Amino acid sequence: MSFWSFVVEHRDEIFAATLEHLQLVVIAMAMAILIGVPLGLLLVHRKFLRTIALGIASILQTIPSLALFGFLIPIPFIGGIGKRTAIVALALYALLPILRNTYVGLTSIDPAVLESAEAMGMTSTQILLRVRFPLALAFILAGIRTATIITIGVATIAAAIGAGGLGTFIFRGVALVSDQLLLAGAIPAALLAILADLLLGFLERRLRVT
Amino acid sequence: MNTKALTPSENLIEFRDVFFSIHGASREIISGVSLAVPHGETLVLLGRSGSGKTTLLRLINGLLAPTRGEVLVQQRRTADWNLIRLRRSIGYVLQDAGLFPHFTVAENVGLIPTLEKWESSRIAARVEELLRLVGLDPVEFANRRPRELSGGQRQRVGVARALAADPAILLMDEPFAALDPVTRAEMQREFSALARRLSKTIVFVTHDLREALLLASRIILLEAGQVVASGSPENFLQIDHPEVRAFAASLAVNPGAPV
Repeated sequence: MSFWSFVVEHRDEIFAATLEHLQLVVIAMAMAILIGVPLGLLLVHRKFLRTIALGIASILQTIPSLALFGFLIPIPFIGGIGKRTAIVALALYALLPILRNTYVGLTSIDPAVLESAEAMGMTSTQILLRVRFPLALAFILAGIRTATIITIGVATIAAAIGAGGLGTFIFRGVALVSDQLLLAGAIPAALLAILADLLLGFLERRLRVT
Repeated sequence: MNTKALTPSENLIEFRDVFFSIHGASREIISGVSLAVPHGETLVLLGRSGSGKTTLLRLINGLLAPTRGEVLVQQRRTADWNLIRLRRSIGYVLQDAGLFPHFTVAENVGLIPTLEKWESSRIAARVEELLRLVGLDPVEFANRRPRELSGGQRQRVGVARALAADPAILLMDEPFAALDPVTRAEMQREFSALARRLSKTIVFVTHDLREALLLASRIILLEAGQVVASGSPENFLQIDHPEVRAFAASLAVNPGAPV
């Protein structure tokens, strides 16, 4: 059977798995953004917290993804087999690029702009929210873009702990030595990543202030 | 706010034996400066790079605090001021203007009034008035972004922004130094006329003697964090001090002479 007739025959399953995959990615990214961006804002004026938060996020990033999924399974409330564990792991994974880009974006502002803001009598909160944040938006979005692409890839491994998604096809394909199953998972995942890259790249260029 | 009316003889800014050094460093950037700036004066702080003139300026609006001695603004020690109130009552213009690149010209100029919660119609009227004052047509420029302006235009917006809340004091840190010589001369002439009209108390930092002579009502020469000479533009060059002579020599143009 050719690959195309396989895809046509299983289109409903592939479509459902793609949606499930997208759901994992979107929820995990929403969590990572809701934690990462405000945390990045907090880190600007807190050196001690910055060292700790960026340190922890870097360490999380170095844990192999399959191992991270495994580590979370025995943890009460967030652990166990299924989507919830996978989403938590994906969010932890996405945290570093978002956190780091938010922090770098907020702190790499033209010193003359910051000096005049301070000299004009803006409070440090006003400077953070009205000057640093809008000027850092393109940077933050670049972090979100990197994190999204990583998450789309890593989410395929989430099938190993029963979270579903396009990884289901890939794992089955590996087990049955079937190229068709493997590609039915891998190609939609790659397409999702390319689409996310184009879309977020477009947004990033729109938000860049020169 | 200070409700007491100021008489012209009162000092708006005063330095009393001020020292400043960066925490942990032994070298003093300002060592023992005392000076007073009366209402309406345009004081030019002249000096080479590293002489401490910018530091002196930043001690006035509390961007820096003296290590020893005290700085008074409107008869009150900067240490006793609420720094936000102090800074909002002092206009500040720096060399590359420091305009907010994500704001339009109008938003830049109207920032302090916005923070001070003025009504939007009053802000719009003030912005228009200020843009005209600095020679920019509001219709043409109000909605531009800083990147769509030339260096001279950016500096005009910087001056307008500093004047927005009608501060009594204007601090200027080499505002025209990055402009081309022709634009610089234009800006100096216009600013000199503007300063006379506005009767603000101005402290102006420069390393350019020509600019100092043109704009100042009094010139103070700084060397290694100390005041070494002080005089009006008319008698400054007659002061017998090696640093004054060094600056005077920088004015001399002698075409064809061996360098």
